Amino acid sequence: MRRVFVVGVGMTRVGRRFDKGLGELAAEAIFRAIDDARGARPEALVVGNMMASSLFNQDNLGALVADYAGLRGVAAYHVEAACGSGGHAVVAGYSLVASGLYDVVLVVGVEKMCDYPTSVVTAALAQAADAEHELVYGISFPSLNALVMRLYMKTFGASREALAQWPVRMHEYGSRNPYAQLRFRISVDDVVRSPVIADPIRLLDSSPIGDGAAALVLASEDVARKLSDTPVEVAGVGMATDSVDLSSRMDLLDAPSVRLAAEKAYRMARVSPRDIDVAEVHDAFTVTGLLCLEALGFVERGKAWKEFADGRFGPGDKPSVNLSGGLKARGHPVGATGVYQVAEIAMQLRGDFPGVKAGSPSIGLAANFGGVATQTSVVVLRR
Amino acid sequence: MKVSPARVWRARGSRYRLEGSRCRDCGFTFYPPKPACPKCGSRNVERVQLPPRGRVVTWAVQYTVPEGFRSRAPIVAAIIELENGVRVLGTIVDVDPSEIRDGMTVEAQLRRVAEDGDEGLIVYGLKFVPAPRG
Repeated sequence: MRRVFVVGVGMTRVGRRFDKGLGELAAEAIFRAIDDARGARPEALVVGNMMASSLFNQDNLGALVADYAGLRGVAAYHVEAACGSGGHAVVAGYSLVASGLYDVVLVVGVEKMCDYPTSVVTAALAQAADAEHELVYGISFPSLNALVMRLYMKTFGASREALAQWPVRMHEYGSRNPYAQLRFRISVDDVVRSPVIADPIRLLDSSPIGDGAAALVLASEDVARKLSDTPVEVAGVGMATDSVDLSSRMDLLDAPSVRLAAEKAYRMARVSPRDIDVAEVHDAFTVTGLLCLEALGFVERGKAWKEFADGRFGPGDKPSVNLSGGLKARGHPVGATGVYQVAEIAMQLRGDFPGVKAGSPSIGLAANFGGVATQTSVVVLRR
Repeated sequence: MKVSPARVWRARGSRYRLEGSRCRDCGFTFYPPKPACPKCGSRNVERVQLPPRGRVVTWAVQYTVPEGFRSRAPIVAAIIELENGVRVLGTIVDVDPSEIRDGMTVEAQLRRVAEDGDEGLIVYGLKFVPAPRG
């Protein structure tokens, strides 16, 4: 396989974008990524998106986005892995370059969630669950995560206040990221008094509903040097799955899809969890952020809540975690999130991330999943 | 959700009778039923009837509900460990959410689950209710 590099990144600020549809919003991020890569000409486009079909009656998304972005004629297709669509699109784009099929590939994640009332978006997001045995009963996606959160708190003795440290810290970082949706600080008290979504999950444990698009230009080694002075290598990728239904999970406090995807990515990049300087992990809810830290091997099972509350994983720590503000504060335009994460890590490694910086990191990681850690992608990047 | 007679009919075993699958090779029993064992990958699986009673392992009280379920809010979602150890994700009804406890015994009953508009199909399925003593 050939070496693959990120040579351009582009993001839109996550938020309410009533002014643009799917194709237009994707194009905004794509233009920025192409401009960042000295006007690179992609031969193929991979689009990550979850809900275009359920909310906008739009399929055939690869061709639609290609055409809107002035790329008519390129090879294009759409990757769907629920909230993990973006990360899986990155791995798909990586494979197209690594295999030798194309030299320059554009990956974009795009999601529009703000056009509809919360109940409609909740119903669409719930399609990440098992339709015949979970969705049918009206069980929502936050509810599935609340089942895990209650069990986590009980099993590991984590207090409500300790868990609230996660969103507090995410908002602190998000307040300094110009691309973040929620750019304000909150207190532990704000978290524990915020409205209940699905008890024990409260509004401020939960990532917000937002519109956003993020894009990357990936290139083979010889082309990368022409398109960027600071190419960032995609050193390892891994993907893995678990059951869609929660009923048949072997252990609700483990996230084997994260563990397996990370093991593959670490092996490919020849690194261990201890080598990671900076990471973006999938904190769709407070508890999923904690489970990620444990499954990625950064901290022992059951201990992430304690170490995080004690102040670990901040800027300069190994690893620094979610300096973008994470899904919690940067926002979680579901199918775009995995692309945002890789773009943010690439910028941290290049040294031009416009928010809280990790220092001078050399190895970074992005972990993105769909469902309750149902399918996960892990990408390791190296300066 | 979209409902069709064939779709409702196909799910009758798991949704009306609490049928799961048992792997004849490794013995793992699980819900919902599938054509292969999630533990060992064997295709040698059979349909089995699961016991209707179990205890609550964890639960969530859901106030924000998907479109179409507003009249049922709040919905109590729970993981139930049945008497044979198989876990099932379902909802608990006929109970004040504040009375739900770890380890509480519940029992599956056939109930109305959803309607396809005023004149469409009615979807039935199993919901859990607090089990009578004894």
